[in-house]
Amino acid sequence: MYQYDQHDQAMVDARVAEFRGQVARRLSGELTEDQFKPLRLKNGLYLQLHAYMLRVAVPYGTLNSAQMRVLGDIADKYDRGYGHFTTRQNIQYNWIKLADAPDILADLAKVQLHAIQTSGNCIRNTTADHFAGAAADEVADPRPYAELLRQWSTFHPEFDYLPRKFKVAIIASETDRAAMRLHDIGIQIVKNEAGEIGCKFFAGGGMGRTPMIAPCIAEFVPALQMISFLEAALRVYNRHGRRDNKYKARIKILVHEIGVAEYSRQVQEEFAHILTLGLEPPPAELDRIKAMFADPGLETGLSDDLDRSDPDFALWVDQNVHAHKQPGYAIVTISLKPTGGIPGDATADQIRLMADLARDHSLDELRVSHAQNIVLPHVKKADLYRVWQALDAAGLATPNLDLITDIIACPGLDYCALANARSIPLAQKITERFADVGRQRELGELKLKISGCINACGHHHAGHIGILGVDRKGVENYQLLLGGAESADTSLGTITGPGFSEDGVVDAIEKVTDVYLARREGAERFLDTYRRIGMVPFKEAIYG
Amino acid sequence: MSAKIKIITGNDLRTGDVIWWTGEGWSRHVDNAVAVDHDADAIIARENARQVVTDTHVIDAFAADGTVRPAHIKDRIRALGPTVRLDLSLKPADPQAGNWVI
Ligand code: HEM
Ligand code: SF4
Repeated sequence: MYQYDQHDQAMVDARVAEFRGQVARRLSGELTEDQFKPLRLKNGLYLQLHAYMLRVAVPYGTLNSAQMRVLGDIADKYDRGYGHFTTRQNIQYNWIKLADAPDILADLAKVQLHAIQTSGNCIRNTTADHFAGAAADEVADPRPYAELLRQWSTFHPEFDYLPRKFKVAIIASETDRAAMRLHDIGIQIVKNEAGEIGCKFFAGGGMGRTPMIAPCIAEFVPALQMISFLEAALRVYNRHGRRDNKYKARIKILVHEIGVAEYSRQVQEEFAHILTLGLEPPPAELDRIKAMFADPGLETGLSDDLDRSDPDFALWVDQNVHAHKQPGYAIVTISLKPTGGIPGDATADQIRLMADLARDHSLDELRVSHAQNIVLPHVKKADLYRVWQALDAAGLATPNLDLITDIIACPGLDYCALANARSIPLAQKITERFADVGRQRELGELKLKISGCINACGHHHAGHIGILGVDRKGVENYQLLLGGAESADTSLGTITGPGFSEDGVVDAIEKVTDVYLARREGAERFLDTYRRIGMVPFKEAIYG
Repeated sequence: MSAKIKIITGNDLRTGDVIWWTGEGWSRHVDNAVAVDHDADAIIARENARQVVTDTHVIDAFAADGTVRPAHIKDRIRALGPTVRLDLSLKPADPQAGNWVI
């Protein structure tokens, strides 16, 4: 994993000191709220429905055990004993006191974490494939590129006041595990015919009120020109992106309005110019970063044998454990979606337990997935049973990865000031209705995603089944969408028709799954059946 | 009979707690909120200047039998706390709280 050098550390420490001064001046009344608000937002501190909320960046979703432990300790020491892992691979704390915020940032800085650029119209924390460095299907570990991107984008003065927020995701395999094409810029690390590593660029994706799938804007940019190309892509957006209308300010609107060909042309023109300026970091810097990710300490010659005699363990292995590139190892996904639970929430003790398991059994590494789960990327198969027992004892062994109860849900009206409707209680009801694991497995892969308003933080457009909370004359109402996806076959869901009450939407989902079970052919997933038979049969079942 | 009123809410600057204007100061329980009228702007200006509250604003509510209920569901949830974590809401202090959110 990447380790800060003295420059990284000095920057983060200086920011903590600066914010400490700003908070002190706010508390003494020297700064008004109007003056202070942009400063606190620059440090991830929002004012939400009930209290201050702090969003901490987890760079490309990777953590070591010391960092994870501090995340748990912060939940205990400064919050109310829990944190919320988000679809942007970050963690949010819901009950922060203003005076504590500088101390929290100082605690984070000690383990090379911060909350910089987790708000505002800047380049936000880059997200990445949560199986990076462990997946068998990647052409390279995408994290060194993500780290280079982090260094380039942190405090980049030219991109501090973009027309709107800017989110980048990076993957390195054909299986897209990061919803890459639903980001402002998506990067896929690829190999060309000559075997050289480069970047395939996508631009103009996003969710929100105008969801769009990013088109490809460059098939192959040499890896050692990635930053120059990004600089060009951002520069064109910064120049022409709309600042007159917040709802038309994202890059997706620009790419859509001028067309992908024209946007790409301008980027290429700018790119050619930037290449003459020598802005690209020296190759030695990428090599320095790569060296830190190169070898997490995987052993060779380990056995792939697994004792599956405990049926509960075998079930969990089948559902939550993935193949690792190295024989004898496995990738474990810890579900933060127990029946009736709050998707993405973990208690301080659970967070610390996961930290301990990473230290003892996963070469000190963890990942936060965009599906709001935690990954132990490098677990020896020989240790799996012990890891499972420890997780099970802590309520962390729900065997439901990618099943209907592995729900992504935004905080919704229980926490979020922008919400129209609650997301979490609906997620809880759905997990209770479909609690039976056998039934869930019968339904197979089924990604259900809930947002409490049109901002789409819960990725509802990309759910095989999506739910959007709306406000109908002051009453919570839910629209149902079918057919979204966010993998290699990204698509946007379609609204079924009139909305439902909370209970009504749970019933409607059951009817949708009944249609699937009745109509599926062979090994079709829900999504495949939907794509084959279309919306009509589902509509008839729901409204008929 | 419930009467439609306007009340002032905000957050405690230091703790972030949701608070309600009581006519004399700030309370954490919405039932202590008092109706305001043309004086709202002056109260907000004066309280903001003391630098102990933030995000002060006026909302619609209904008053009846010594209780105050915000008119909009968002403000009712704000008054109660997260409905999915009633342990962290007003409910432990006031068992009646929460019956009026939806
Ligand atoms: C609770 C405070 C939050 C606020 C105020 C907030 C605000 C917003 C807004 C305004 C947008 C729409 C941006 C646009 O369309 O231009 C948005 C999008 C989004 N947010 Fe949030 N959000 C919050 C929490 C979260 C959480 C908890 C997550 C992760 C679970 C999240 C992840 C996202 C994602 C993935 C998008 C859609 C992607 C895109 O930017 O197009 N947000 N958010
Ligand atoms: S989708 Fe809406 S309700 Fe949900 S977290 Fe985002 S802004 Fe809040």
